[in-house]
Amino acid sequence: MLDVRNLQKIYTGRNRSVEALRNLTFHIGAGELVCLVGPSGCGKTTLLKCMAGLIDPTDGEVRLDGRPVDGPPPGMAVVFQEYGRSLFAWMNVRDNVALPLRRKKLGKAREKELVDHALEVVGLADAHQAYPWQLSGGMQQRVAIARAVAFEPKVLLMDEPFAAVDAQTRAELEDLIRRLWRELGVTVLFVTHDIDEAVYLGQRTIILSTSPTVVLEDLTIDLPDERDQLHTRSSTRFAELRAHVYEQIQRAKHHNGDTHAAVADRSDELALHKSES
Amino acid sequence: MSASGSTPVLTKPAGTATGPGGVGGGRVRRTLDRARTPLRGLAGLAGLVVLLEVLPHIGVVSADYLPPASEMGRALWQLLGEDAFWTALGDTLTGWGLGLAIAVVAGVVAGVVIGSAPVLRAVTASTIEFLRPIPSVALIPVAVLLYGTDLESKLLLVVYASFWQVLVQVLAGMQDVDPVAEDTARSYRMGSWGRVRYVLWPTALPYVMTGVRLAATVALVLTITAELVIGSPGLGNQLAVAQTSGAVPRVYALVLVTGLLGVAVNLVARAIERRALHWHQSMRREGQR
Amino acid sequence: MTVLTLARRTGLVLGLPAVLFAIWWFATAGSTDFYVPPLSTILGKFGEVWTGERLLSDVVPSLVRLLTGYLLAVAVGVGLGLVVGMHRGVRDVLEPVLELFRAIPPPVLVPVIMLFAGIGDTMKVIVIVSGCMWPILLNTVEGVRAVDEVLSDTCRSYGITGPSRLWHLVLRSASPQIVTGMRQALSIAIILMVISEMFAASNGLGFTIVQFQRSFAIPEMWSGVLLLGLLGFALSLLFRVAENRVLAWYHGLRRAQRNP
Repeated sequence: MLDVRNLQKIYTGRNRSVEALRNLTFHIGAGELVCLVGPSGCGKTTLLKCMAGLIDPTDGEVRLDGRPVDGPPPGMAVVFQEYGRSLFAWMNVRDNVALPLRRKKLGKAREKELVDHALEVVGLADAHQAYPWQLSGGMQQRVAIARAVAFEPKVLLMDEPFAAVDAQTRAELEDLIRRLWRELGVTVLFVTHDIDEAVYLGQRTIILSTSPTVVLEDLTIDLPDERDQLHTRSSTRFAELRAHVYEQIQRAKHHNGDTHAAVADRSDELALHKSES
Repeated sequence: MSASGSTPVLTKPAGTATGPGGVGGGRVRRTLDRARTPLRGLAGLAGLVVLLEVLPHIGVVSADYLPPASEMGRALWQLLGEDAFWTALGDTLTGWGLGLAIAVVAGVVAGVVIGSAPVLRAVTASTIEFLRPIPSVALIPVAVLLYGTDLESKLLLVVYASFWQVLVQVLAGMQDVDPVAEDTARSYRMGSWGRVRYVLWPTALPYVMTGVRLAATVALVLTITAELVIGSPGLGNQLAVAQTSGAVPRVYALVLVTGLLGVAVNLVARAIERRALHWHQSMRREGQR
Repeated sequence: MTVLTLARRTGLVLGLPAVLFAIWWFATAGSTDFYVPPLSTILGKFGEVWTGERLLSDVVPSLVRLLTGYLLAVAVGVGLGLVVGMHRGVRDVLEPVLELFRAIPPPVLVPVIMLFAGIGDTMKVIVIVSGCMWPILLNTVEGVRAVDEVLSDTCRSYGITGPSRLWHLVLRSASPQIVTGMRQALSIAIILMVISEMFAASNGLGFTIVQFQRSFAIPEMWSGVLLLGLLGFALSLLFRVAENRVLAWYHGLRRAQRNP
């Protein structure tokens, strides 16, 4: 389904170049829900943008259904972390969700059906006419998710989508993603820096090193398919997996000295996000 | 009115500006671009000169209307050697500077008085909204009647036009005062002068600077207009004379001078504004009203 | 809204203007000063001068020139602004040139354009276009440049490209800046309309008012000044109404950002 092979990305400037991704290889099967977790500033977003066809890798390739990705592929939807910036502030919720569908020329009736359904499943059935900035952060991210759902993608890429929402909303949205994934049978790649989230959500968790990034471990999350915030999170297996991922990330962090600075940097950012939402 | 104003409209939420991962790349690329941009800009200006030289030569436009750049340059050189030109430049700058100064002082005083009392603000709002958009060129005949071609004519137009720019910005600035700071000032029993001095004024300062910048541009436009239309001495008047006497290259040379004057006014005003902003990092938006 | 608050608000809106009007009225009531005729005389002349044939022969031509020039300037400014704003290379090359053009005080264009276009309507329209397109152009460039990267990526990944991207993403997100430029351009356009008519014309508001002044028809001249003032006010009011419609989302967004 989705293949990443020997992916490398180097940003080049005149005097120096930064190797964000060194050598990444992994595979995601159709219908899987895979989490990507890594220390802060480890090139997760770069990786995701390469996979979405938004930037070109320096070396290696991404293949979707065997075809190389060299631009945004049609069957893929992306949900970004910055919900405030990924929605059209000049369109109401409904138009935000409907806009990507227009190009598909599905006909008015089908379009309406898709939009209605998408807004319903994310719990925004009564917010069609609202503008994004009238909604809370969590609700704005729901709009972005609804837009992805209505698009009927084969693959859904999510870039730290809940990093900027408060903890309670976050739990709700995590369950929403699990539910959507199961109902729609879509392949989901979920990028996060939150270890709990990475363990709770996925069937597999791919742990990344610090930049220049390589895959540290491809971990199968052998929790039961039925998960809920209370029981899953308090189970022993969850704790073990969580501890394991945590150790791996710590190991990754102490990889080199530069990383400390990056971590401090990033936690400042997180503090800001939280105070905003 | 104003001929300037690039508006930083949507401020991005802090902290989301660079995503993780993109950390190094963007910064490196930006340094690279910074070195390249001025060179390209110079190329653009050089291209304009070449274009102006070539167009009349190949006959796309008649040299009677658009003389080649070299001839404009010669006319400019000649101009720079004339005493009359420097006097005219002096007249223009005097009208501009004096008018701007009066407008700024009046605008700031009126703004602070009106802005510090909600009652006054409410009472004057509709009058300001009515008077502000009145084009100051409407006053040209009045100015001619009252003052002829004297400096006062020029000043009437300049002050009327730039006063509103300053006033509106000062009012916007006074409105932007942080309620918490305001409450703090009250709780420490600061007198009304203290509140103006320590709370209102610092908040309003960046707005005032923006107002001054906008007013500076407007003042120049109206100074030149007064000279051109009324015939008050100055660059505009020189231009009108050159045009009626058919000295085409001279017309262009004078236009270029006014343009450069405009650029200079812009640059200086922006530099001052930036300094004002430097010590005051408030959220500030200009030109919205 | 209760009757009381309504009355209060009306009082606030109309109070000071009424007082000023009254002062003007009574201060000039018995005026024998030739240059400052009584307001009653000016208002009397106003109806007489501007409602008859002058409405068609002077007011309408002026408005047509103004609107033609302004709308053309908007079209050219936004069009060029999009091109310049979306291409980095073009922008780097042209930016200083555009800054120079913008810094030229628009009125000096009148004598220059008269060289090319004579003194007819074309001249006036060209003067207005070439004087007031710069703030529109440069603000459009600024707006296009500031299109959010995340939103741009979103559009790309959903395959929103070409004209659809231009309309739904680029133009809409640049619209606050474009409107700012258009507002600045509107006042420049009025100035240029008036002075191009004062400079060289055989009809129009600017021409007529200067004629009144030269022939010492003082009350008529004052009525013309009043008309220009009203015109400026009316146009800015129209602009405000249109802006509030087009940028309703933007003002809402700003309010939301201010009081989170």
